[in-house]
Amino acid sequence: MRRFMSFRDFDWALLSMVLAICTISVFEIYSATLHTKYADFHAHTKQLFWITGGLAAMFLFSKIDYHRLLDWIPWVYGASLLALVAVKLVGHKVLGAKRWISIGPMHFQPSEWVKLILILIVARYFANLGGRSLTWKEIFKVLVLVGIPMVLVLIQPDLGTALTYTPILVAGLFLGGINLRQALILVTCAVVLVAGVWTSGKILKPFQKARLTSFINPDNDPKGTGYQLKQSLIAVGSGGVWGKGAAKGTQTQGDFLPIPHADFIFAAFGEEHGFVGAIFVLLLYFFILMRLIQNAQTAADLSGSLIIMGVVAVLTFQIAVNVGMVIGFMPVTGIPLPLMSYGGSSVLFTFLALGVAMNVRMRRFVN
Amino acid sequence: MYSGSGSRGEKLSTLKLTVVQYGILFMMLALAAGLWRLQVLRVDDYRLQAEQNRIRKEPVMAARGKLFDREDRLIVDNYPSVSCYLVREQSRNVDDDLPLIARGLDLDLEQLRATLRRYRTRPVYEPIPIKQEVTADEQAFIEAHRNELPELETIDVERRLYPRDGFAAHLIGYVGEVSEEDLNNPRYASYEPGDVVGKAGVEETYDQLLRGEDGSRDVVVDSHGREVGYLRTQHAIPGQDLKLTIDIDLQRTAELALGDASGAVVAMDPRNGEILAMVSHPSYDPNAFAVRINRKDWNDLIDNPNHPLMNKAIQDQLAPGSTFKIIMSAAGLQEGVAQNLHVNCVGGGTFYGRFFHCDRHHGVLNIEQAIPLSCDTFFYTLAQKLGIDTIAKYATEFGLGQKTGIDLPNEMAGVMPSTQWEMKNFHQRYYPGNTISVGIGQGETQVTPLQLARALGGIASDGHFVRPHVVNPEQLPAEFRQALQDSFPGSGDKTVPLNPDTWMIITDGMAAATTTGTAAASHIEGIDFAGKTGTAQVVGGGDTHTKGGAKTPNSWFVGMVPRRNPEIVIAVLQEHGDWGSLSAHIAAEVVTTYVNKKRMADHNILNQASLDKPVEVGAVWTEPAPAGPKRSAASRQDSSLHAGHFMVDPKPLTGDLASAQPRLPAWLLAMPLRFKEGQP
Repeated sequence: MRRFMSFRDFDWALLSMVLAICTISVFEIYSATLHTKYADFHAHTKQLFWITGGLAAMFLFSKIDYHRLLDWIPWVYGASLLALVAVKLVGHKVLGAKRWISIGPMHFQPSEWVKLILILIVARYFANLGGRSLTWKEIFKVLVLVGIPMVLVLIQPDLGTALTYTPILVAGLFLGGINLRQALILVTCAVVLVAGVWTSGKILKPFQKARLTSFINPDNDPKGTGYQLKQSLIAVGSGGVWGKGAAKGTQTQGDFLPIPHADFIFAAFGEEHGFVGAIFVLLLYFFILMRLIQNAQTAADLSGSLIIMGVVAVLTFQIAVNVGMVIGFMPVTGIPLPLMSYGGSSVLFTFLALGVAMNVRMRRFVN
Repeated sequence: MYSGSGSRGEKLSTLKLTVVQYGILFMMLALAAGLWRLQVLRVDDYRLQAEQNRIRKEPVMAARGKLFDREDRLIVDNYPSVSCYLVREQSRNVDDDLPLIARGLDLDLEQLRATLRRYRTRPVYEPIPIKQEVTADEQAFIEAHRNELPELETIDVERRLYPRDGFAAHLIGYVGEVSEEDLNNPRYASYEPGDVVGKAGVEETYDQLLRGEDGSRDVVVDSHGREVGYLRTQHAIPGQDLKLTIDIDLQRTAELALGDASGAVVAMDPRNGEILAMVSHPSYDPNAFAVRINRKDWNDLIDNPNHPLMNKAIQDQLAPGSTFKIIMSAAGLQEGVAQNLHVNCVGGGTFYGRFFHCDRHHGVLNIEQAIPLSCDTFFYTLAQKLGIDTIAKYATEFGLGQKTGIDLPNEMAGVMPSTQWEMKNFHQRYYPGNTISVGIGQGETQVTPLQLARALGGIASDGHFVRPHVVNPEQLPAEFRQALQDSFPGSGDKTVPLNPDTWMIITDGMAAATTTGTAAASHIEGIDFAGKTGTAQVVGGGDTHTKGGAKTPNSWFVGMVPRRNPEIVIAVLQEHGDWGSLSAHIAAEVVTTYVNKKRMADHNILNQASLDKPVEVGAVWTEPAPAGPKRSAASRQDSSLHAGHFMVDPKPLTGDLASAQPRLPAWLLAMPLRFKEGQP
């Protein structure tokens, strides 16, 4: 029978680390936009609201047994596919891509929620298989399961978010029991597919291609994506070991750094607080991820472990790609840094994902 | 409750989780290494680059190309002007400064605040235009307040100066700031917000050539954004000057002749399609658009029932009235029907069970008489014999119901009804009775003045139809000329074989119209002026012949000089102008100016000098020059006054005028071939 749930079982250590990053985020958004064109937007106060809302949602989510969530998830998955189609049909165009739908005063970016839904449905799928070795048919099924929403998001076009779905798939397959031979074949197929997409010139729009390649040589495109990247490198690099101090980054304050409160917040932070500050934030992320993996180990059943590992996969991917972009290792894809970047959808997703992870941990002694 | 099979008791393998942990550790180390490389190893390099980021780009405006008439007389010029911009980045607190700025620059404070609000989302370093046409006093104010108001910047610009009183305004067009909609149009891909762009007429069509290319200047700014020096200047490339085909003298005459009437005049050289004059009334002042037109003036233009913004020469689509009888005659003669047609006009005739009126009892007449007298009964009969589709076939051949392809934006195509057209637009069969009205240019037929001029020019030139244009294509780059052809499709240049009879009879008939026919009052002695009047009833109109009334007929006239292979064709339209003969006067004035000007030019030796053939020159002299012309035996007295004319080969003239000497120029002395002399 179910034991009485108390918040004693809540993962307070994890929560405190998360809140530490959120605090840094709010301060950094404030200082990075202080004298820029974004100042009137008051992003830091809005971010505070999102974080508060996210916390509430997280507590709410941790109350619902994750097994119940797994019961509902096929329906939610179907509904989310419909929502993605709706975006294509009735969505707003912002900066050339249809990603948002409005209901009343609220704007939704369904592609962000699909991440959470995919984590749950992939966990359910592999938990049902029980961790034994997979047949090709089973692998093919999960490819379709993740592939459909991915293609729908890709045609919005939102390459960045579509890419964040891949770690869910990879983590699921790896932990779900794929063997080495199957993995090698799949990787080969993926490489051939990507190469085919790249050279066909139809599926990827030219601006997407340009974005993806400009990180290799930003000087080729000093006014477009290459420009953003170059300004980001200058910001981080000129920060030095100790940084220029809060609200004193010339790159950020001079409006040279693009969107310093969202995609490039880590560059703004690196400029103001230097190598020391950046490493501190990276360490916080590292401990959060380690703590989550520990929770996955102690989970009551396979489905719980798989859920947490899905969350770990998405967070790790986003951190790697965003920070990698800021320091010139990765292309500019517009993937936000979880908990740091400004943005309601991103903050809410992260908190909900953490809520589900908490949920699993709180029920680790059940039966 | 969810309970997947095998979920209980199963656990993830610790090995796999450890692999994941090491993977994450490796990633974090890689990121840390990247940060180390940037922030520790290469910090000096990036510090330097951050310093250099203090360079701002400032635009250097290109002067727009000027417009000249066919004789290189300036029509549209530029004048230097100063604009004031506000750069928010350079101010500690812009809002506090606004009252002072508003006072100093004579601006409305609320309006200034509204402007700044509009630009709120743009980057702070972007200059906001707050005042154009800054006066000397205001410039002194800005200079005097450099320290208090560092956010104010001035920039030199070239502004457009158009002729006064809306002279040729529709043809020239106007410029304005590029709109949000335009920017989304792929045609305007290279334009940026705030750019000035041609919005109508030649300014719009040839914008790409006229605009030139703005340059830029790298300005070094200090940490407060103040300018401390210039690094590199990329000079602006001025726009290309364009030579129009219009003649200022003709244009002026046409504008004055049309007066206050609402309508259009278009004159064209049918040999090459050059538009000599194009007038549309009422007009507007393009200078009002050059800065930013105020709302009231704009509303006045929009609400005016006479549509001042419409170029009536190419956009007004109206029933052609009796001018259509030219097309009818051509169709009838080509088909061999009209030559032997004799009609007895008893003030009208009955067709398809209905009586159609003619304005007079013309009695029995043939086509030679029917054209100058404009007898409706004759053309009713001809229309019945030809049928709508034959009429439509010829009218379409001659360019009606389709654009002419003139190089001006938004030309209208007009309408030429046919059974096919009726089926397509109204999904019904064509009622043959309508053909009778079409025969005299009423009914659904709609034409523009330019279409009529082109059609008449083609018929009077033995079937050689041309594409009208207002800018001489020779001065255009080849690829632009091609793009122009593609973006202004139309009937273009075309030859329609005509029987000799056809154009002889029609042109003779039209010549009779201006001597003894409907336009006899506009006869010009000594000029071979031919034409055709048209009095087109408006829908719901009757016989109310009050000039300018809403139900008064539209007055048309098309004509040419000379009658065959003309040098000029002209179409005149006066909306609600009553009888077509009233428009004939306007055409006669323009044509007289043309002919007088041409005659004067023909007798001007300087104009002739460029020709190859010898020129006849008159001369008067009192004594022979030392190596003077061989004189006839009749005058040997040295002191007497002599006169005579010479045939002179003008070739050596070139370049010699500059070194003209007081005595007869060498070329004149050297070249007499023969001369006659008489006593003065």
